[in-house]
Amino acid sequence: MTPRFVLGRIGFSTLIAVLLAFFTIPLLWLATAPFTSDPTYEVRMPDFTWENFQAVVEHPYALPSLYNSLVLSVGTAALVVVLAALAAYALSRVRLPGRDALLYALLLLSSIITGTAAMVPLFQLAVELNLIDSQLGLILILSGGLLPAAIFMLKDFMDSTPKSYEESARVFGASPLQIVWHVVTPLVRPGLATIAVWSVANVWGNFLMPYLLLSDVEKQPAAVITYTLYTEGGQANLRMLSTFGLLYSIPVVLMYLFVSKKYGFRFHGGIKR
Amino acid sequence: MAQATSSPPEPLAEAAAPARRSYSADAAGLGRLRAGVFVAPALLLIAAFLVFPALWVLYLGLTNYRLTGLAAAEPRFVGPDNFLGAVSNPAFWNSTWLTVQFVLGSAVIGQVVLGFTIAWLLRDRRGPLRRLVEGLVILAWILPSAIVSFLWVALLDRDGGTLNALLGLPGFAWLLDHPMLSIIVFNTWRGTAFSMMLYGAALGNVPPSHLESARLAGASGRQQLRDVVFPHIRGHILTNLLLISLWTFNDFGPFLITAGGPDGKSEILAVHVYKVALQGGELGYGAAVSTVILLINLVVAVFYLRLLRSGR
Amino acid sequence: MAAIELRGLTKVYPGGVKALDGLDLEIPDGEFFALLGPSGCGKTTLLRTIAGLETATGGAVVIGGRDVTAVQPGGRDVAMVFQDYALFPHMDVTDNIAYPLRIKKVAKRARRDKAVEVGARLGLDQLMDRRPGQLSGGQQQRVALARVMATQAQAFLFDEPLSNLDARLRLEARTFLKKLQRELGVTTVFVTHDQAEALAMADRMAVMEAGHIRQIGTPAEVFQRPANTFVAGFIGSTPMNLLDGAVRGDTLEVAGCKVAVPASAEGRLTDGEKIVYGVRPEYMSYSAEPVEGALSGKVAIVENLGASHLVTLDVAETIVQAVVPEGSEPLVGDDGYALPRRDRALVYRDGELV
Repeated sequence: MTPRFVLGRIGFSTLIAVLLAFFTIPLLWLATAPFTSDPTYEVRMPDFTWENFQAVVEHPYALPSLYNSLVLSVGTAALVVVLAALAAYALSRVRLPGRDALLYALLLLSSIITGTAAMVPLFQLAVELNLIDSQLGLILILSGGLLPAAIFMLKDFMDSTPKSYEESARVFGASPLQIVWHVVTPLVRPGLATIAVWSVANVWGNFLMPYLLLSDVEKQPAAVITYTLYTEGGQANLRMLSTFGLLYSIPVVLMYLFVSKKYGFRFHGGIKR
Repeated sequence: MAQATSSPPEPLAEAAAPARRSYSADAAGLGRLRAGVFVAPALLLIAAFLVFPALWVLYLGLTNYRLTGLAAAEPRFVGPDNFLGAVSNPAFWNSTWLTVQFVLGSAVIGQVVLGFTIAWLLRDRRGPLRRLVEGLVILAWILPSAIVSFLWVALLDRDGGTLNALLGLPGFAWLLDHPMLSIIVFNTWRGTAFSMMLYGAALGNVPPSHLESARLAGASGRQQLRDVVFPHIRGHILTNLLLISLWTFNDFGPFLITAGGPDGKSEILAVHVYKVALQGGELGYGAAVSTVILLINLVVAVFYLRLLRSGR
Repeated sequence: MAAIELRGLTKVYPGGVKALDGLDLEIPDGEFFALLGPSGCGKTTLLRTIAGLETATGGAVVIGGRDVTAVQPGGRDVAMVFQDYALFPHMDVTDNIAYPLRIKKVAKRARRDKAVEVGARLGLDQLMDRRPGQLSGGQQQRVALARVMATQAQAFLFDEPLSNLDARLRLEARTFLKKLQRELGVTTVFVTHDQAEALAMADRMAVMEAGHIRQIGTPAEVFQRPANTFVAGFIGSTPMNLLDGAVRGDTLEVAGCKVAVPASAEGRLTDGEKIVYGVRPEYMSYSAEPVEGALSGKVAIVENLGASHLVTLDVAETIVQAVVPEGSEPLVGDDGYALPRRDRALVYRDGELV
């Protein structure tokens, strides 16, 4: 054990300890405050009370906002999966004119037109189309934003699915729609599931769009309610923020664990906004 | 012996030129028309809510459109006034400068350096330590933005915040006195996961034999890094930089922590647009600034895609 | 009647690549026909064009007397087994076999019964509830075969049916397939790049190169009398000896040695012309003593083939190979004399058989 080796080890351990501290400390409050009877900004040992959870249940907008988040996420995911799957299949199998240019454009679009860049025209568009305060309108807008990347990812996936299944069914006399339904859809289920989870993850935490486009507090998803809880009405409601925040965070964590266990975390550039 | 082809041609069942393609040759026989129908709904949605707004904002920037008042009902075409207004507005330049700081500090330096450091430190480890560190870093990335923003508000609170408790600086107002530093560190914390994963994968692809050759030749850790590792991952560094710069440039997250304050001291462009256009109601001016943002996005994205095409 | 006929079949890809160039072919009903050739020769394209998965640019495809050139793949009454079998992974074996009947709108009970019946015939009865992922390669192949059998189509098309099996299994599967086809009596066309496979299984075969058919014939014809030097070099587990030579009166001068004119070429040669002399290593008798009319040289390599040996002789500036039965193999460096059989040797002029 040379001194250099020992020093190296000490250096490594110190660095790791600092990094661990850096990433853990901000999260501690979320783990302790929900279980503390009178939470402050301090991180203390909790006295393990359930009162805060009761307060969340009794709060008029908390649980409904979680439901709204669910509606928005699932609604967007469903729309994105269906539309992207159809488009990706057609683009993968059929040589449409201008296909390559279209794909390049889709890739560009998904990177350039972000919430920040488009907030002004989208807001004004929603006003003109009377889609302000419409959950359906929001779902449509969110889907439009997610579709280019979703199509790109699904097409990639479909390109790597062998065509022999479809051709085999075709020689047996199946019609194109039968082939899509009997053969293709079951085959690409893993890809569809990935896109569904990716969509939900993107919409669940999305703040800007619902903040801009929904005015009725009863329609607001959890992201906006969280913000409201610490900016409106003077004092931040720490009891609600900690507990509701924990409840709001758990689903995404569970989803991530599920996906990484089932499919291994596969990285696509541009997946998370 | 080669078989002679005999039988005279029988009367053909279909008299029309048999060589004419009368059905589609793609795998499922979908055909162009049906394929078009499949693609149409998605394209419609994209056109309506992505393409159209992007084009619309160009037009809006040339009007004096406002949310309320006379100009809302009858917007006038004002040409380049909004753009000129932006250029001569010190608030605009202030926001631009703050955004540059934000991107350089939290993305170019912060996330890249931190992400690479973690990936490098953990490169040879597979056990619980690696999973713990990676798990925490990723947790910071996947938790909803509203939540992590508040966690940092709580962390940085002047009286009860954990940071001041740890540093022994009661009453130090991070968010008021050092808003940019706060959001830069916050964004570094938030976004490191992507860089860490990317560099982790890139380092895993460096052939161990190269590193071992260098070590046998007497190279120190730092020299191995410089001579073997960096050449291999150079391409990755560039694409990583471009991507996270683009994302950070467009990030609205800091609004949730400082709302651009105090007094516009952390008003990055994203927040500036929101304030001016949607709180202040000046949609025309806001659209002009949005156009600038779009153009910058375009330049970076094209550059990134060109790199992808040539590199991959 | 389910004969298959191709008339002037041409396939040109956009970009000008000619995959098939004016092919004419007749396959009578019930025949087991092989399409053989190296990669890129167009054999799979041809199979797919018969199936309808590729559209012909010119010419006609006639199946069972019906011109099907413009008919969709599903309407040609053919069934195809793909190289990777294409068994639907989300359906069990019974549903896979029954799938063609499902398309034909056969009732569920009836089609499952039929599937079980066909599966039993191929020894799959214990596996009917399994998914394809739970089957071995050989079992998957039998399921794919059962599936085409269930269609009761006029013709079967197999794309490299044995290439996905490992070597030992391949030999068993060869015998199995040949027996099955004989029992079913259905016209079958299969594609292979393995000449031994084609020779073993086919009733007749077509050897293809670069979009053209180079020879059509029975395995015996193609093996004993290849029509040109391409076929001669392609067929045969041990490559045929193809040696440059010239006609000298009533003998041939080949690789510096004098050999007799083969029986097939008698009277058809002109004195002095350049030819290529072809004889298989299996059709040579080897001797360590000088023999008249033999190709002679020094033994360079002796390879053990199991029950025989492949001897390579350095002759002039080229090599001559001969197969030698066990027990009489020479040593490296010995002098060797390989006498070609007169009734099996061949002469090629400008690449074509004389």
